[in-house]
Amino acid sequence: MTTGSGEITSERLLRELAPQVLGAIIRRFHDFAAAEDAVQEALMAAVQQWPREGVPENPRAWLIQVASRRMTDYIRSEMARRRRETATAGEMDQLAAPVDVAAEIEQDDTLVLLFMCCHPALTSSSAIALTLRAVGGLTTAEIAKAFLVPEATMAQRISRAKQSIKASGVPFRFPTDQERTQQLRAVLHVLYLIFNEGYLASAGTQLQRLDLSEEAIRLARAMHKLLPDDGEVAGLLALMLLTDARRAARTGPGEELIPLSKQERTLWDQKKISEGVALLTATLPKGSIGAYQLQAAIAAVHDEAARAEDTDWPQILALYDLLKHMSGNPMVVLNHAIATAMVRGPSAGLELLDALDKDGRLAGHHRLHAVRAHLLEMAGDYPEAIAQYRIAAGQTTSLPERNYLLTEAARLSDSITRP
Amino acid sequence: MKYILMMNTMRAGEGIPNWPKQDLQAHIGFMMSLNKELRESGELVLAEGLSFPDQAKLVRAGKDGAPITDGVFPEGKEFLAGFWIVDVKTPERAYAIAARASAAPGPGGTPLYMPLEVRPVPSGPPPEML
Repeated sequence: MTTGSGEITSERLLRELAPQVLGAIIRRFHDFAAAEDAVQEALMAAVQQWPREGVPENPRAWLIQVASRRMTDYIRSEMARRRRETATAGEMDQLAAPVDVAAEIEQDDTLVLLFMCCHPALTSSSAIALTLRAVGGLTTAEIAKAFLVPEATMAQRISRAKQSIKASGVPFRFPTDQERTQQLRAVLHVLYLIFNEGYLASAGTQLQRLDLSEEAIRLARAMHKLLPDDGEVAGLLALMLLTDARRAARTGPGEELIPLSKQERTLWDQKKISEGVALLTATLPKGSIGAYQLQAAIAAVHDEAARAEDTDWPQILALYDLLKHMSGNPMVVLNHAIATAMVRGPSAGLELLDALDKDGRLAGHHRLHAVRAHLLEMAGDYPEAIAQYRIAAGQTTSLPERNYLLTEAARLSDSITRP
Repeated sequence: MKYILMMNTMRAGEGIPNWPKQDLQAHIGFMMSLNKELRESGELVLAEGLSFPDQAKLVRAGKDGAPITDGVFPEGKEFLAGFWIVDVKTPERAYAIAARASAAPGPGGTPLYMPLEVRPVPSGPPPEML
């Protein structure tokens, strides 16, 4: 029996057990959608009962027991419904199968579930919602709140995601070697999106939001534990830690955004930084380098500079060179242009932006204008920089970023008209 | 009771305000602390600032149901800049919040006295229909 701080512990325990329990229920009943609902109900029952009656001796078995009972009820009512149409004998067998919790194999299904929930057949918003519920053990209400949408909307999104999984016939098994590479990439991408959602939205509505960044880090940690030799899994976890380490310095007292170059670096979380660097150091020599490892390496170079002017830009540029060859993503090209400007001067960077203009993939994207504004300011062309800051402000979809860009434009404008 | 507070400020065709940095920061800071206060008092349901009116499109369905978009607005009409939905005990409280927002500082720190339209949002449970 635990009380007080035990509430936090039992919540953490529930989150960790959720994917294991779900795996066990799916293996027994072969119905992902219904099993997922049953586990969600079992988790809610635990949230209500455990603080009152104490955490059971074998919490995993307790949850499996409760979820199995829910499944049995569900199948029974489904059978009753169908019996009115036609009776099926197969389902009777399934229902009659004894529920032997003790015989349940201790097996971690987290990975298989992640592969399922992040299946490429799903849209990323569906995959995110389903991953947080089925693998993260969060309630629909918590997920809805984190994404600032009504609970009914989120419930609908999750149920649609489950329908798509059913329709696409994704099996509940470990993917074959062929499928694995592609699916692992999809899982990493979903975790990356969950992290970004939490990180980028940290300004403003922080108080009422569940910490999605922490949740993404937790899931990435679980993955790294299961696949310790995978460089990209380690790379993603390192990238999250090295980025999240700067969180406290990212916003000012009025919740305004503070760019990397102006952050108070003593606020950075050194524990997270050393953990991220250690992860990178351990995996980098192991073989081929992936995009997450490279991004983590760039974040590490920033994190290791005690002052902004100490930043090792030549090394960052070299890393972006590699990343650019690997992905060709226009956002990488954009960051490469910034690093180029920092090493070879603003006009070298601006030339690269002109190439991006011709490329067209970032046409009308506010980041292109924001970066151009920054480089023009570096080059001393204030009037043009002001114009670009303002275009970027009108196009960004983030309010804190709009405020930041407008303030930058006003600052430059003041320096011309009110010197 | 829930109320929507609709803040009209920007005129058609107008884009980004061109204010000195100090005034811009004072305005942003004012709005942020108002939202923080409403969040902490538990009265805030939702607050959104909208993009500038030059990003707006007027949409209507054509005869075939396909959207007809129109980006040109008549001169002089005021535009929605943002809105709050608050959950408050009395209409007077909703008006008081609206008045606070209306007096947000503008250029030179002078209150803007923007007009806000306040309207109840019916959100009670349906009655028992026996």
